[in-house]
Order: sequence, then C-alpha cells, then structure tokens
Amino acid sequence: MNWISSKALRPRIKEFRLSVHLLSRNRLTRAALVTVLLLVLIAVVAPVIVPYPSHIYGVETPEDKLLPPSGKYFFGTDELGRDIFSRVLYGTRISLQTALLAVGLALLIGIPLGAIAGATGGFVDEAIMRITDVFLSFPPLLLAIAIAAFLGPSLTNAMLAIAISWWPWYTRLIRGQAVSIRERQFVRAAKAIGTPHFKIIFGHIVPNCIAPVIVQASMDLGGVILTAAALSFLGLGAQPPTPEWGLMVSTSRNYFLNAWWYSIFPGLAIFITVLAFNLLGDGLREILDPKTRKN
Amino acid sequence: MTSFIVRRLALGILVLFGVVLITFVLTRVIPSDPAAQWVGPRATPEQIKAARIELGLDKPVYVQFWKYLQDLIRGNLGYSLRSHQPVVQELKAYLPATIELVLLSTIAATFIGLPLGVLSARRKDEWLDHLCRFFSVGAVSLPTFWVGLFLQLIFYRILGILPMGGQLSMEIKLLYDIPHITGFLLLDSLIAGNFVVFKDALVHMILPGITIATYPVGLVARMTRSALLEILNEDYIRAARSYGLQERTVLWSYALKNSLGPTATVVTLSIGYTLVNTFLVESIFSWPGIGNYVASAVISLDYPAIMGVTIFSACAYVVLNLVADLIIALDPRVRT
Repeated sequence: MNWISSKALRPRIKEFRLSVHLLSRNRLTRAALVTVLLLVLIAVVAPVIVPYPSHIYGVETPEDKLLPPSGKYFFGTDELGRDIFSRVLYGTRISLQTALLAVGLALLIGIPLGAIAGATGGFVDEAIMRITDVFLSFPPLLLAIAIAAFLGPSLTNAMLAIAISWWPWYTRLIRGQAVSIRERQFVRAAKAIGTPHFKIIFGHIVPNCIAPVIVQASMDLGGVILTAAALSFLGLGAQPPTPEWGLMVSTSRNYFLNAWWYSIFPGLAIFITVLAFNLLGDGLREILDPKTRKN
Repeated sequence: MTSFIVRRLALGILVLFGVVLITFVLTRVIPSDPAAQWVGPRATPEQIKAARIELGLDKPVYVQFWKYLQDLIRGNLGYSLRSHQPVVQELKAYLPATIELVLLSTIAATFIGLPLGVLSARRKDEWLDHLCRFFSVGAVSLPTFWVGLFLQLIFYRILGILPMGGQLSMEIKLLYDIPHITGFLLLDSLIAGNFVVFKDALVHMILPGITIATYPVGLVARMTRSALLEILNEDYIRAARSYGLQERTVLWSYALKNSLGPTATVVTLSIGYTLVNTFLVESIFSWPGIGNYVASAVISLDYPAIMGVTIFSACAYVVLNLVADLIIALDPRVRT
C-alpha cells in the first residue's frame, strides 16, 4: 500500500474525495447521479430483465395491439402488439451505446487535431482552427441532419453524423489547454533532450490536458442522446424494428391520439435520461469551476 | 473598433465559403444518383445520361463547384428533385410561416427566460432558485418533438380547446379572403383589418409556439443565471452594495448590464437553434414552413432542397453570430 501513501498522490486523493463529497452534497446532483447509474445498470441487464424479450425486435401479437397499460403490459402495447415497457427498457441500451460511441468518435477526431494545433502553432494551428470555426458555425443539429441525410438513414450513420458535427468543440477545448502546456518546463525539457515532436504531443501534452475534455464529453452525453433521438424521429437514425426511443415516438404519431401511452413512455424515457445527464453535468461544472466552488 | 469589424466580417465570409464547401462535399458523397432521381424511376439509361449532362454532373468536380458558387451568388440554389421548381422560390414561400414561429419563440426566450435567470441568480440556493433551475434544465432536456405531441394530446384530444395543427381552420380558409401582402399571416390579417382571420391564426400559433419556445426559454434562463452569478461575485458589486444601493438597482442596472454580452450572445444563438428545431416541430403541427419542407425533403431524399435549407440556415446562423459579436464589441472593455 506504499503507493497510496506516497506524497504525490495524497493531495490528489484528497481532492477526489472532496469532489465526490461536494457532488453528493447537492440533492439534485445526487439524484441525477443515482439515476444515471440506474440507467447504466438497466442498459447492461436489459435483455435479461425485460418481461417480453421476444417483443424487442419483432414477434407480432396482433390480437394484443394498442392495449392500454395494464398489469400484463405496464406501458401498454404498440400497433403490432409489442410490449412497450420491454422496448423502452431495451431502448436504454441503444441510446447509451449510441451516445457513448458518438462522443468517443468525436473525441478520437477532436483530441489529436486540437493537440497538434495547440502544440505546433503557426500555420498548422491557424489552418486547423479555421476549419474548426467553419464546423462550429453550423447550428448544432443542422450539420448532423445534413450529414445523416446525405449518408443515408441508419443508426450507424446517425452516430457518424453526430460525431462529425461534435468534434470541433473538443478540438477547441484541447487546443486552449495545449497552448498553455506547451510552454511548461517539462515540455521544454523533453524538447531539449530531442524528443520527437509527435512523441511530445501524444506522450506529454495530451495526457496533461485530457481531463477537462473528458469532463466536457461526459456533460455532452445528454445533448447527444437528444440529438440521436431527434435524428431517429426525422427518419434519419434507427430504422424499424429497432426499439429506439426517438423512432418509437415517431411511429406513435399515427396512433397517439387514441393510444396516449404509445408516445408518452418513450418520450419520458428520453426526457429522464437527458435530464439526469444534464443535471449531473451542471453539478460537475459547479464543483470543478473554482469560481463557483465552495468548500 | 473598425479593424475588429473588418476582421470579423472577413472571417464571416471565410466561414460562409466553408459552409458552402462542406455542403457541396456532402452532396458529392451521396450514395444515390441525382440524375436518376431527376428523371424519375422509369427513365431509360439514355435519359439518365442526358440528365447527367443537363445537370452538369459529367464535368470535373471543381468545375461543378465553381458553377455552384456562381449560381449561389446569383441566388440560385438549384431545382427541387420532387417539384422541379427552383429551391429559392420554394424557400421564399415557406419562410414567412417559420419566421413567425422563430420570432415568437425569441420574444418568449427574452421576456420569460431572462427574468427567470435573474430571479434564479438573485435567490441563489433558495427554493425559488431550485425551482427555476429545475424548470430551465428540464426545458433544455425535453425532446422538442415529444413536447408537441404531448401538447396536442392534452389541448386537442383531451381538453378540445385548441386546434391540432395548420395555420388556419378549414372553415376560415373557405369563408374568408386570406390576405397575401407580406406573406406573414398575422401581419397581413392585421393590415387587412380582418380580425377573424387574425384571431384564428393566433389560436393556431399557441401550441407550436409553446413547443418551439421551450428550449430557448430554458437556455436563456440558464445562461443568464450563470453569467449573473459570476458578476455578482465581483468587487464593484460589493462596493455598490456597501454604498447602500438598493438590491434592485444593483441587480438590474449594475449586474445585468454587465452580463448583457453573454446574454445577447445566447439570445441570438438560440434563434439559430430554434430555426433548426422547426425541422422537428413543424411537421407535427402541419405548419407550412421550411421545417416542414425540409422534413419531407429528407424523407424523399430531395438533395437540392436539403442543401438549400442547410445553406440558408447556416448562413442565417453565421450572420446571427456576427451580430452577437458586434453587440459584444459595443462594450468598451472589449474594444482594442
């Protein structure tokens, strides 16, 4: 246990403990944290816990179509007689997966570009950042819609579209960090002993400026889930019979006036998930920003 | 100041060029063949070939891009693959209805969102603040399209007090002359003094208006709160308070004035968001705007139409950004 008590680590652990303490002190943030953990749990065990696993993708039971919520079907059934509760639960897995992959891909594009721009400076910096500016000058949802429309409708393409419209935010963020780290002593030292530029960027600069980007990315998950649902609603994301929430709300449009449960529950699922991520993000921001942080 | 504006304008033009380039590149990676779509499903290979030449698709890509730019400067966005009408003409027809919605939501964002944010910041960590924050976080977490369906369910299906969609009721459309002066229905009916049409149009606007305003109201409230909180920690606020100035004066004329930069930015940016959100809302309410237009274009893969709306919205957003930056530049502290 020697490494835990080492002097370098002790303040960091203290800091982490303080953050967790501050995070859980705000009741709203605590509730959000619990909800997010619960959602992750549901996403992981969804195939096992849903009451009607065969209803997730198919198996039509037309005799049970558009039934209101009951003890048999908690959230009622859809136009093909599928259990909406099972489909909404399974949708958690799809939404979280999509959001994680999209944000991950955006990070994969954004981090190297931002680090290269910030660490290199000069023309390279200027070129990368002007390209970033152009991407940032599209309204957030618009570029995703356009890309998804041109790539053709599928969940994978929707994910790609979101990633392509999201990376510039991370590039800008990490570039700012990289510029300030570039002048630090350890980077100069590495340069002085002849470390290749490439190695300096990915071995020294990226690891030292990645933390705020990861925090930002986790705060973005709510927005990404909302965007993915919107794309599916427009017919540009998940295709039937995928139990994706936005798609379910979209299909429900033909039936919801006489079957309220059909649109209400998938929509509520989107709302609760996005709300939980946003509240958690707000809490994170508050404790990480020294201006608003209180001990 | 002048050099800032010139630099900002130059960057704006560069960005617009980039927007057009990206949109153009997107159309070149389409998996489908626009020429085949242009002539319809029963065309012969010869007809498709002829269409390819007619549309200029046989030329090298850079020639196509150059021609596209030239057309764009002349205000030509190409022809819709569905109707074979100029996209610009169709946009013009659909735009007024959308602008009415967007304006309404911007007014709501300013006059509801801003006071909410101020209230929240002033009562920080009291129950009123918690309530406002929950409301504003909730508003930006709601799927807009779902809000529309939800409101229809309650106010049309259950309560039966508001229409489900459209801009006017069927009987009003049949019985009255619908004035066409500016294209903005509310304005036109007022100018014509036709209050029956005006009232009907207004009633039809309530549900789509609330739906589209939800997000910007929440966004503006959130931003105003955080901008104000940062400023309320400043020394000069403490100084103002210690002079014994009324809290109201401190808040509204000392603090809010200084947080106007970020607030103006977020209001203008929210116009851009709202414009894109109409893509999701208008089709739900059968609202005859560009959102509805692009939603149906997406379904039938009408690329020139999608591209036209994309370029238009992106340009609107770039201009709004520019306006926001210029507002900030009015602040003497930013001037260099």
